[in-house]
Amino acid sequence: MTSFFLSLGMTYEWAWFVATVCGILLIALPLMVSVAMIIYADRKIWAAMALRRGPNVVGPFGLLQSFADGLKVFLQETIIPSAANKGIFLIAPVVTFTVALMAWAVIPFNSGAVLADVNIGLLYVLAISSLGVYGTIMAGWASNSKYPFFSAMRASAQMISYEVSIGFILICVVLWSGTFNMNGIVLAQKGHVLGIVNGFVANPLLFPMWVMFLISSLAETQRAPFDLTEAESELVAGYQTEYSSMAFAAYWLGEYANVLLMCALNATLFWGGWLPPLDIPVLYLVPGFVWFLLKVLFFFFVFSWIKATVPRYRYDQLMRLGWKVFLPVSLLFVVIVSGYLMAIGHFA
Amino acid sequence: MIHVIAFYLFAVLTIASGAVTILARNPVHSVLWLILAFFNAAGLMVLTGAEFIAMLLVIVYVGAVAVLFLFVVMMLDIDFASLRAGFVRYFPFGALVAIVLLAEIVLGIGAYRAGALELGSPDGTAATPAGASNIEAVGGLLYSRYLFLFEAAGIVLLVAMIGAIVLTHRQRTDTRGQNIRKQNMRRPGDATVNVKPEVGKGVQL
Repeated sequence: MTSFFLSLGMTYEWAWFVATVCGILLIALPLMVSVAMIIYADRKIWAAMALRRGPNVVGPFGLLQSFADGLKVFLQETIIPSAANKGIFLIAPVVTFTVALMAWAVIPFNSGAVLADVNIGLLYVLAISSLGVYGTIMAGWASNSKYPFFSAMRASAQMISYEVSIGFILICVVLWSGTFNMNGIVLAQKGHVLGIVNGFVANPLLFPMWVMFLISSLAETQRAPFDLTEAESELVAGYQTEYSSMAFAAYWLGEYANVLLMCALNATLFWGGWLPPLDIPVLYLVPGFVWFLLKVLFFFFVFSWIKATVPRYRYDQLMRLGWKVFLPVSLLFVVIVSGYLMAIGHFA
Repeated sequence: MIHVIAFYLFAVLTIASGAVTILARNPVHSVLWLILAFFNAAGLMVLTGAEFIAMLLVIVYVGAVAVLFLFVVMMLDIDFASLRAGFVRYFPFGALVAIVLLAEIVLGIGAYRAGALELGSPDGTAATPAGASNIEAVGGLLYSRYLFLFEAAGIVLLVAMIGAIVLTHRQRTDTRGQNIRKQNMRRPGDATVNVKPEVGKGVQL
């Protein structure tokens, strides 16, 4: 895109700057609309599994429900508790929302269609996702209220625990693909298994890693069955309890943008990203963007499915799963995968 | 142009948030400003081309260390009056630390004015092979020339970790934990019986 703006007679720096801003808007604005639609989809799937109708009043099939909710929230009064730490209380939802958008910079939507094609793409995703916890902690502390505080402590412990095993899982992927660049990881999956299946997931050594990554990404985004931070039966609404109006909506949007991000990571790291599922020339006629979107939507359906069917974990069970099951198993797989790759001379 | 703007933005924010970290009255605010300082330092690293170090700074310091910091500070019940009470008593020690830090800064500026530092191997050749990415260059050095130091650092960390576990571990005998394996092995047939009692008769348990 930089070359287009260069042709308009700008200097290189300005062309780059304008192109980057355009790229950010091109990703962020459709993302916001898709978050609104995905909330609707989530409610519909959830309702269908509970044999209900779900939202069906606003617009055809209730399609405009999220926009109606957005308008309602927008018109509400912003209430700041008098005992709250005002500055941090207001910054916290902004942090959550911003961080949820930031990681999308390195997600490849198609061959070359990525905002920042950096060498350290995967590390960037890890770094940004480790920032996500601050929105929750700040909200919990600044609310000056018991339930949000409990929620904040749960959130920080939970996210740190699962990030450790996510790190090890990603090391397995990186070992196999030999790069931290997200596009490079996608390309490394071309014809990965038997020269025909695109995707690390069909690899018997990496399939367990993908299952663990899916579960860890549920924990990382605090979705059911790991939604202990906003367990409504224990903590009212967790860290969001004291929030109202747009601040509340910012959390809602940020949370779903994070869920979509985790779906995109599942698709990119293990299911071949924008590559078609099979390495057959006919399938490449469909644009890569469509394959990517289909995979993301599939994973979102899985997320909703799990939310609708699996009961919430107890806190000690969550910690046990993270530290006593995932951490040793992922560590073992790092050893197995690197040993196997050395044995077959992958790095030679 | 954009480089310069970005540099001054990150540098000013790093110094300003570092200063506010010290000046803030509330310890939680201090930690949050510290996190902002870390983040901007990572931005400076990216500008110098050390993107790997920048990401590690964010992952390790912002993502893990600062969270634990915040975690501890948040739960402290701080009494500001008693904090200020010991001021005179601790003043000499604090002054000593301040003098040492000042001396280090002066020394650092003096060394900076003496000319750029030659990073690399003792014989003066550049350490980074041309064309290699950040991670490849760091990995290549760590696992070849500095292998011994790298492994020694790993062993030190391992010992520290085991030490911390040993020091804080305590065997608790008064709790009844859940044996997940035993629960999963249990089948409905072992736990339930289907009986059809006659009317007016009880159930034998």
